[in-house]
Amino acid sequence: MEIFTGIELGFATALSFQNLIYCFVGALLGTMIGVLPGLGPVATIALLLPLTFALPPIPALIMLAGIYYGAQYGGSTTAILINVPGESSSVVTALDGYQMARRGRAGAALAIAALGSFFAGTVATFLLALFAPPLAEIALTFGPAEYFSLMVVGLIASVTLASGSVLKALAMVVLGLLLGLTGQDIYSGMPRLTFGSASLIDGYEFVAVAMGIFGLGEIIRNLEDESRPPMKVGTFSSLAPSREEVRRSIKPVLRGTVLGSLLGILPGGGALLSSFASYSMEKKLSKHPEEFGRGAVEGVAGPESANNAGAQTSFIPMLTLGIPSNPVMALMIGAMIIQGITPGPDIITSQPDLFWGLIASMWIGNFMLVLLNLPLIGMWVRLVTVPYHLLFPIIVMVCCIGVYSAENNVANVTTMAVFGAAGYLLAKLDFEPAPFLLGFVIGPMVEEYLRRAMLLSEGDPTVFITRPISAGLLMIAAIALVVVALPSINSVRDVVFRE
Amino acid sequence: MFQVKSPKDVIGGGLLVVFALLLGEQSFVLPLGSSARMGPGYFPLVLCVVLAAMGLLIAVRGFRFEGEIYGHIAWRGMGLVLIAVLFFAFTLRPLGLIPALAGTGLLATLASRRFHLKTAVLLVAALVLFSWAVFVEGLGLPFVLFGSWFG
Repeated sequence: MEIFTGIELGFATALSFQNLIYCFVGALLGTMIGVLPGLGPVATIALLLPLTFALPPIPALIMLAGIYYGAQYGGSTTAILINVPGESSSVVTALDGYQMARRGRAGAALAIAALGSFFAGTVATFLLALFAPPLAEIALTFGPAEYFSLMVVGLIASVTLASGSVLKALAMVVLGLLLGLTGQDIYSGMPRLTFGSASLIDGYEFVAVAMGIFGLGEIIRNLEDESRPPMKVGTFSSLAPSREEVRRSIKPVLRGTVLGSLLGILPGGGALLSSFASYSMEKKLSKHPEEFGRGAVEGVAGPESANNAGAQTSFIPMLTLGIPSNPVMALMIGAMIIQGITPGPDIITSQPDLFWGLIASMWIGNFMLVLLNLPLIGMWVRLVTVPYHLLFPIIVMVCCIGVYSAENNVANVTTMAVFGAAGYLLAKLDFEPAPFLLGFVIGPMVEEYLRRAMLLSEGDPTVFITRPISAGLLMIAAIALVVVALPSINSVRDVVFRE
Repeated sequence: MFQVKSPKDVIGGGLLVVFALLLGEQSFVLPLGSSARMGPGYFPLVLCVVLAAMGLLIAVRGFRFEGEIYGHIAWRGMGLVLIAVLFFAFTLRPLGLIPALAGTGLLATLASRRFHLKTAVLLVAALVLFSWAVFVEGLGLPFVLFGSWFG
């Protein structure tokens, strides 16, 4: 079995002393920053990204993956303890988790979230190891036309899952694509869209854009309302869930794992959709639907497992096709490109130690989170209550140092400031930043495949619909777009996002 | 006559049109090529046209359909955070890391109304020390601690 040799190689790589340390440090830092109020996973990863620049590719990616799980778990912790979801996917966790915390069951909620996530993560990691290689093999037969269509599907899917207006999200994708093209044209070498500025010849630095939008932008948003009362932390005595709570959690964890694994693979899916879907499923299946929203343990167990499974399987399209399915994956792709790796189907064969090492370290990282979080919970609680005004100056400072260090270039710091302001103002006008970042990252790839496909077809655009796989993919994109544009679906979607 | 029903959409859509025009002008001066051999300007120009159309549509809808008024904008927070970041960008070379970072930190603390001068200074001093320990000593990033102005 090829997959077992792969997994063996992966563990051999990930269990090296050095990589274990990086995985551990990543998970620890990720949780530490992730539990700070007002910092979601995207901001956390953007903030910690510079720490990995000095590392070789494998430890760097292993550490980033650790940071990602840590940040996810940190987000759930704040959701449960103080009703502040660090990100949209733990909004659901806050519904029942915080209610449990108010009844003194915060410890149980945290423990169940950790164990459910670990179980889901284990299953999803195995699925990733199982499905990524064959998917990559199919992808290797793709020509430029198929790739182009695939990216269109990915972008459209990200749009349909944005919470606001579809048209606005689409516009952000287009703007992202455009700004992603800034810099030298790969074929002619001519500088493009630079407004004559020499410092834009290499395009906008990815880290500066991401940190500006998600780091500075978040800070400014949090400074809007300083009159918020200090947060109340839910009380907890013991971490151990009662036997009844465990019994009620088992099935939701299993269902959440399956649901999350499936939805995570979809481009545009991932953690957010998974947790929402799992919550509404548990509510429907429950014998006591009236308990939901008042501290039902199923409402924590299901979505938390689903969101972790989805987070894991969203690595599948990223690693095999090079397509980011959410902003976190966009950051991962950006980090890989900085490391000189182009994600895509040949990564499994060309760099098997990286691919399998990353998969193994995901499992190890999940395991470490359980070890880390349960005993350290007291420390996280203290971090959760740090007042924001003591926090944001350090974020500003770290953003500056990080962005500068990416290329030792002060122009990037200015870029970050501009994108910070633009991101904040656009968000105030209900234009979401996530689709922008996706477009920005894959803009150059979209153009390259489009140009190659058109070159091969001698300028005949029907190539995208006469090739069956490409046509099928575009059909999916079209259906997705039509479906979200329908008013009836749209109202359902609003309800889901408001719930 | 026209009545703005959703200022958010009108402003947002309008901004997109402005972006599209600016970037479109940049693309238009580049060789466009043909659809079989696309030049550097082809795809950007197509995107600009699409963006402008979307911006127009959003803005027009803003005239017709009711929407929310945008909430309070944190001008003070935004301004000071940006000034803090730009301070770092412009003083890092001449002043060096320590003074640039301290200035950035102090400017950032001004963005919140909750600081007293004393806590702000103490916090920033601690943070500068922390950054030095982590980034310069720990990670070995190549920073000049005190720049040319200090000889």
